[in-house]
Amino acid sequence: MARTRKTLRGTLEKARNILPPKIYSELEKKLKEEKLSTRQKIAVVERVIEEYIKNLYQPGEAIGTVTAQSIGEPGTQMTLRTFHYAGMIEFDVTLGLPRLIEIVDARKKPSTPMMRIYLEESIKRDVEAAKRIAREIEYTTVRKVADVIEKDPVNFTITVRLDPSAMEDKGVSLEDVVEVIEKLNIGDVIVESEDPPAVSVYITSEELLDIRKLDKIAEKIEQTKIKGIKGIRKTVIERIRNPETGEFEEYVILTEGSNLAEVINVPGVDYTRVRTNDIHEVASVLGIEAARYTIIEEMKEVLSNAGLDVDLRHLLLVADLMTWSGRVKAIGRTGIMGEKASPLARAAFEETQKQLFRAAASGETEHFRGVAEAIIAGKVINMGTGGIRLTYRIAGQKEA
Amino acid sequence: MSWIFEQENYFIKGIRFGILSPKEIRQMSTTLIVSDKLYEDDIPIAGGVRDPRMGAIEPGERCPVCGNPPSLCPGHFGRIELAAPVVHVEFAWKIHELLKATCRSCGRVLVTPEEFKTYLNLYRRLKRKWPRLANDLVKNIISQASKNMVCPHCGETQYKIILDKPYRFYEERPEGRVFLNPHDIRQRLELIPDDHAELLGMDPVEARPEWMVITVLPVPPLPVRTPISLETGVRSEDDLTHLLIGIIRANNSLKQAIEGAAPQSIIEVRWSLLQYNVSVFFDNELPGVPVSRHRNQRALKGIVQRLKGKEGRFRGYLSGKRVNFSARTVISPDPNISINEVGVPEEIAKILTIAEPVTPFNVERLRKLVMRGPEKWPGANYVIKDDGSKIDLRFTKDRKALAESLKPGYIVERHIVDGDIVLFNRQPSLHRMSMMAHIVKVFPGKTFRLNLLVCPPYNADFDGDEMNLHVVRLPEAMAEARELMLVEKHILSPRYGGPIIGGGQDYVSGAYLLTSKTTLLTKDEVIKILSAAGYKGKLPEPDIIKPGPYWTGKQLISLFLPKDFNFRGPAKINGGPLTCSGPECFHDSYVVIRKGKLLEGVFDKKAVGAQQSENVIHMMTKKYGTSTTRNFFDTAFRMFIRTLELKGFTMSIRDIEIPEEAKRKVEEIVDEAKNKVSDLIRQFEEGTLEAIPGRTLKETLELRIIQTLNEARDKAGKAAIAYMEPFNNVFIMARTGARGSEVNITNMGVLLGQQVVRGKRVHRGYRGRTLSHFRKGDLSPESRGFVRNSFRDGLNPTELFFHAAAGREGLVDTAVKTSQSGYMQRRLVNALQDLHVEYDGTVRDAEGNVVQFAAGEDMVDPMSTYHGKAVNIDAIIDEVRGG
Repeated sequence: MARTRKTLRGTLEKARNILPPKIYSELEKKLKEEKLSTRQKIAVVERVIEEYIKNLYQPGEAIGTVTAQSIGEPGTQMTLRTFHYAGMIEFDVTLGLPRLIEIVDARKKPSTPMMRIYLEESIKRDVEAAKRIAREIEYTTVRKVADVIEKDPVNFTITVRLDPSAMEDKGVSLEDVVEVIEKLNIGDVIVESEDPPAVSVYITSEELLDIRKLDKIAEKIEQTKIKGIKGIRKTVIERIRNPETGEFEEYVILTEGSNLAEVINVPGVDYTRVRTNDIHEVASVLGIEAARYTIIEEMKEVLSNAGLDVDLRHLLLVADLMTWSGRVKAIGRTGIMGEKASPLARAAFEETQKQLFRAAASGETEHFRGVAEAIIAGKVINMGTGGIRLTYRIAGQKEA
Repeated sequence: MSWIFEQENYFIKGIRFGILSPKEIRQMSTTLIVSDKLYEDDIPIAGGVRDPRMGAIEPGERCPVCGNPPSLCPGHFGRIELAAPVVHVEFAWKIHELLKATCRSCGRVLVTPEEFKTYLNLYRRLKRKWPRLANDLVKNIISQASKNMVCPHCGETQYKIILDKPYRFYEERPEGRVFLNPHDIRQRLELIPDDHAELLGMDPVEARPEWMVITVLPVPPLPVRTPISLETGVRSEDDLTHLLIGIIRANNSLKQAIEGAAPQSIIEVRWSLLQYNVSVFFDNELPGVPVSRHRNQRALKGIVQRLKGKEGRFRGYLSGKRVNFSARTVISPDPNISINEVGVPEEIAKILTIAEPVTPFNVERLRKLVMRGPEKWPGANYVIKDDGSKIDLRFTKDRKALAESLKPGYIVERHIVDGDIVLFNRQPSLHRMSMMAHIVKVFPGKTFRLNLLVCPPYNADFDGDEMNLHVVRLPEAMAEARELMLVEKHILSPRYGGPIIGGGQDYVSGAYLLTSKTTLLTKDEVIKILSAAGYKGKLPEPDIIKPGPYWTGKQLISLFLPKDFNFRGPAKINGGPLTCSGPECFHDSYVVIRKGKLLEGVFDKKAVGAQQSENVIHMMTKKYGTSTTRNFFDTAFRMFIRTLELKGFTMSIRDIEIPEEAKRKVEEIVDEAKNKVSDLIRQFEEGTLEAIPGRTLKETLELRIIQTLNEARDKAGKAAIAYMEPFNNVFIMARTGARGSEVNITNMGVLLGQQVVRGKRVHRGYRGRTLSHFRKGDLSPESRGFVRNSFRDGLNPTELFFHAAAGREGLVDTAVKTSQSGYMQRRLVNALQDLHVEYDGTVRDAEGNVVQFAAGEDMVDPMSTYHGKAVNIDAIIDEVRGG
């Protein structure tokens, strides 16, 4: 019989089967870098496997409660106020506890929707291209480029005096304004003057106009879209540096407001890297996996901004619970809690009578499988040391 | 019924919810209630709401139905036969759904027979596998069927059904709105065939639709609505009894009207009064309905009110249990007990007991305890004989005889003594470390004592905090508490891979002073310090021989480190002028431990502090286990305190004083900032200030000013702190992380800087100005909450006001925040509590649905990680090289 000798390759093979890819590749890299004898290498690999197995979850671990506590407890240390986004003074972003609550609530719209638009490889260092795209997507109305809007009730004329600096900033020409106002079909549009630019509308309606109607028309003109994507209220271009080297990396467009479906179709935008903080929008445009990832990223951002240390695995669990069914569900009575199978667990949470009468009408059955129900009935909970079924029978005792 | 209580092994397997049918109500009822009178000559009358057949409640009474005394009689239902049916308010929504979705003449669901067949099949399949989807299907069918205005089964024209909340139904017929009385409704519901009811989400066996219209009302047993007798002898009836009386009165008057063939209008009025009374009995907070009140105007509590809310039956009594064998008192610190221990006052130890069964091995000990009795600690409070009788030792004259009679089979309830295990808890219990097991150590005094190192997990301090203690009384529970809940098992936090227990404040200052390079200790001092740690070995050779024998603090620490312990990493003080990136460190700010010897670097917050991942404590715990770390806490950490005691450590006004030169520098910095601000204001007024994109000019100005002033504050602070001498105690505390920060020092000694309210400079108050001391529209730093002075210099009146405004905001913030985060945590816990790891490594919920295929994606418990990293390969390589 040949002596079974441990080979480095054999041990590594074993390690590959057991270890998660990330740890395995780190191990491989470290083994290459460090000067070690083969025997030492084998010892290292074996110790790594041993350590990994030692650190695994124990079966029955109440992972849910631990996770809930790990996210809830630091919540008490968080600030309540809305802070300025790190380094950004251009607009406010909801952070801290309110944002965390918003995420776990799976609110339909975030209170401060925001997008982070990355550009394609070829133009990502081109500030002009970034400006162009930013202008293109920013939702611009006549009001945004208008200085004043004058109403003449005698001649039924509305004159829009434009602000040249705003027009330049937004990249709007006089022709653009004329064109969109003409499309409204309310009268003859005449360019009053080129400099300073002004546009007048002579209303050609047979019916007698009253002043209130004039106001309404003015309002309509003001809100006419010149260009841009609906929902994108503001854009700002940010220079991104490489976090490690500190070198200039690329330009990124930050937006106030969010409209993922349209932004990813804008030419020049790197649709693989575009981000929004609107979880439902991500779910509907990119699917549930992307929504799950967004939940994780958003929670991570809030916690790290508050300087709180929470293991990523906890965030994964919350995100998985919110999305495993294929829909984004809230942590609350409308989501996860409202859909629990146990009537008692639902009743003990919120809306007690509603849950009880609902259970009565449809003849539901309580099986006492969860924690809340078991506590109500004074039973042992089905996890941890309570999850072990193996027991010896004391003489004369009936089976449980 | 009494047999139930005599048998032991009964378990609740499940609860089936449903609606009681009139038949069931009549069957379970023991008495028909007809009278609104309770007593006649102080005796409960038969047929009244207090009919004794509904259960025994008075002491000495025997139940006429089951023959049991009040302690065993479970109570029995009665019933009221309603003169006319009424709608059950809480089911009105369901009745509405059914009426909308079924035919008014044939009762079938308003979908074609073919559709019905496929839907029913689908529903039954879904119900088994995906109950949630089955519910959605029902919702869809109902909304589809309600739109159908002609019955596909019998061709009858349908009308819109309107529910006028809470309980009145109308039908919108061509001739106008027609009121549907409960009688009509019940008839329609009766028409619905079983399988059609099923498709509409009802369970036809447990809940037939027509049962939602009440014809017979069950009267709850007396034990659920016991009257209370006041000392004056006046009896006060339960709210439910009052509400029942209301129902009977309304019922009787309606009956009278019907039997007396009164005009329809009168019958209708009385009928609706009955409807009201019955509805209010269930829920006395119905929207749009007057609340039924007691004679003294207090709103009566209906059945729903008993169940609902935080203090209701569910959250108050079923989810939250009350316990015996617990204690609560103020906590105080004791650095001389182990972190695993808790000091319990003798007074409390004499009340809390553990039931110990007598065995041949402990009988002698227990005899002694019984003889000592309940007054002297350690003693015993009760003896339970083998026949189950309980003897109270307080009233036992001859304790000696009783002690002699102890034999196996007896149980002695003895006082808790040193070494017993108890649970210790501080609210708010936000994480599992808020309730840990400690080992009892009985002390004189009136407070619980705990080691200061366990303050961080409990978030406790000693400014009057109280904590709770629970005795663990069963062997199985004791074993679990010891193995799973003991303090040392919670040194590492599952929130982030790192220790949550560790030193703060004086421990850190002391560790720093002890391990600092300049600390040289005489033999006398060494002996004093080592004795505090309970060191029993030989005195090490002194590191310094000339000019005399001197020991370094690093030597002393090394005595307590495991012999093959290796560690390297930066200290907290590493940074600023003391930056070192590796072991070659002149500033002593890089910690190196080789083979259990602290070779270089000081111990500060990074080494011994709580909530510091991958520090000395963490690495020690990972390598040698929790009991080694616990031992380190119980020995080495006492040296830190003793060091401070020997050296003395205080804070005086001189510690925050800054030299003249520094003051001049600060003055320059502040003046420069003020000039910048006036420049900004000038630019703003001239209109030359360039706005930040997306901000107005005014906002831009404010942002710029805050920015400028904050920069100035930081700069001034830095400049002034640079002048502080390195062994200034306040400075040591801030630098080592013991307490306070550079910002605090700046505030105390240099200046407070800009006060901020809601993220803006102080700007509210008078019209156009903050206080009447300033001109209107003044935007200068002084008028908008800039505090030039420090706490040492003293604030002027306006400065004090601005500081108070900012301080108030902080207080309000905390108050609001706790309620919000508390609710978020309740929701998180409720939603996640059923998730657990199965043997296959998956995470599943209570129903067995897989939520994660591999827990945390790598199945690694965060508690066992190195700040998230599952394996520390570097440490292993080091270890393999060394070994």
